[in-house]
Amino acid sequence: MHEKRTASFYLLAAFFALFVLFLYGPTITILILSFQGPQGGLTFPMRGLSLHWFAQLFRGIGVVDIGSAFWNSLRLGIIVMILTVVASVMAGLAFRRNFRGATLLFYTAIASLIVPSIVVSLGIALEFRIADGGVKAIGDAFQVEWIWDHFTTLMGLFTSGLGAHLTWTFPFGLLIMFAVFNRFNPAYEEAARDLGASPWQTFRHVVLPIIGPAIAGVALFGFTLSWDEIARSSQAMGSDNTLPITLRALTTTVTTPAIYALGTVTTAISLTVIGTVLTVVTVVQRRRRRHGSDAGKGV
Amino acid sequence: MNDTPTKASYWQAAPMAVIFALFFVVPLVVIVVVSFWSYNQYSITPAFILSNYTDIFHGCFAQLPGLCTTFATYLQTLIFCAEVWALTLVIGFAIAYFLVFEVRSQTMQIVLALVCTIPFWTSNVIRMISWIPLLGRNGLVNQMLLSLGIVHKPLEWLLYSHFSVLLAFVHLNTVFMIVPILNSMARIDRSLIEAAHDSGASGWQTLWNVLVPLSKPGIAIGSIFVITIVMGDYITIGIMGGQQIASVGKVIQVQTNFLQFPLAAANAVVLLACVLGLIWALTRLVDIRKEL
Repeated sequence: MHEKRTASFYLLAAFFALFVLFLYGPTITILILSFQGPQGGLTFPMRGLSLHWFAQLFRGIGVVDIGSAFWNSLRLGIIVMILTVVASVMAGLAFRRNFRGATLLFYTAIASLIVPSIVVSLGIALEFRIADGGVKAIGDAFQVEWIWDHFTTLMGLFTSGLGAHLTWTFPFGLLIMFAVFNRFNPAYEEAARDLGASPWQTFRHVVLPIIGPAIAGVALFGFTLSWDEIARSSQAMGSDNTLPITLRALTTTVTTPAIYALGTVTTAISLTVIGTVLTVVTVVQRRRRRHGSDAGKGV
Repeated sequence: MNDTPTKASYWQAAPMAVIFALFFVVPLVVIVVVSFWSYNQYSITPAFILSNYTDIFHGCFAQLPGLCTTFATYLQTLIFCAEVWALTLVIGFAIAYFLVFEVRSQTMQIVLALVCTIPFWTSNVIRMISWIPLLGRNGLVNQMLLSLGIVHKPLEWLLYSHFSVLLAFVHLNTVFMIVPILNSMARIDRSLIEAAHDSGASGWQTLWNVLVPLSKPGIAIGSIFVITIVMGDYITIGIMGGQQIASVGKVIQVQTNFLQFPLAAANAVVLLACVLGLIWALTRLVDIRKEL
């Protein structure tokens, strides 16, 4: 197996290195530029080193409320993550058996992944607009004063916005669960059942620990995809704003490194989540390898 | 695997099914329905008219071979599709090949594959913005070219141009090619390559006659991802094109902002039909079911 490296190895290794530079170079550039001195501009040279632009960011830039966009995105991301994990694991379990509509659900998930986001976003916006009209019509028909006085729209961060994000995260969650359960050995569950475990105990003490790392993966996809989502959110958030939407608006109006500072903060949060998940998965798998099964060891 | 359906499967699948129904299937139906409605400046009204569709293609066929706005926009978007597809395919294939066949330790394979996917989990908008200090008029690239004396005045076409849109598309979407191709390649039996080699095939012959055909499912899946993303895009083209380049997605977005919902819906239906047509053509080219 250990033959000499060929020329193609070095050529492709160089290509790979260039590709990694291409992937990370620009982001690293703005991470550096976000620490620009107060006199510095949008590009090099660096005029000093400071936290000036971060301070300005927290004071607020222009009319845009970055703080609320930040909290909106964070709350939405966490809720999307939880719902994606729960729904994907449940659906993953369901797909282990053949049920009526299984193929339809699978192809719907695939379709949800590849239908252009602008179409999904517009569809959800129209759906809620029509629903709003319906609610107002009911209010008029039955003379519901509450609707007259208080109702404006059903659209919002945790209704249409949440739904838009879930159509994007669920397919990834489902595909990951497919990959896991395809390699899952049902003998473990049979053994648990034979030993008298209830279905819930079997799930809690046998299935869940085995699919644990994959669940962490689904959580990672759930949070990061929601945290950075923009194409499906654009029409579906109503009057609420998320961080990526705010950021995009800022690209046309803000011409100071404050926008890079916002980029640095956002990326830092993404990287923290990615790092945490990857560490947890690695640690769990190492521990499992050390304390793993004693099968075949003649205990 | 158990083949008898139980009640458990139904309630387990229910949450996902309900969400897809509410936020994906119904919205698609609504789009099709609303595309036949009429509208004015303030509201949309249920109707059954075809004028939204005829408006989109107004004068398009009379004008041929000249291009009306709609055809020109579609052509522009299709050109982007073709360019991005070709670039991401070549880059993605090379990267996947390197990871599967040239990197020997499995740990290293996983680490390097992660290095390629981590940016996917960070913000696309930020990854686009981060090209500005590099490609701008006074950006790093222009500074370098000027100081090296290669150009005498800053290049203007680096940012907010066809070039920068293309660059950002490749930057953001190559991962969608790498992962499926990697997945296909990892399943290729190494002895097939040895057999090709022993039978006297050159490196290129092995690549073209063994590796490429066996990677086809991954190539097809990656292509579907890339093509559908570019076809419906309006964010990347908007930001990297300086809001100056037209795309089908952008047309829909603008019409939505002007509350011309039925017109936007009709455009969305046409876009969806085009995307489905492209996917259909791709699955004709490679029979995915047979390849799996």
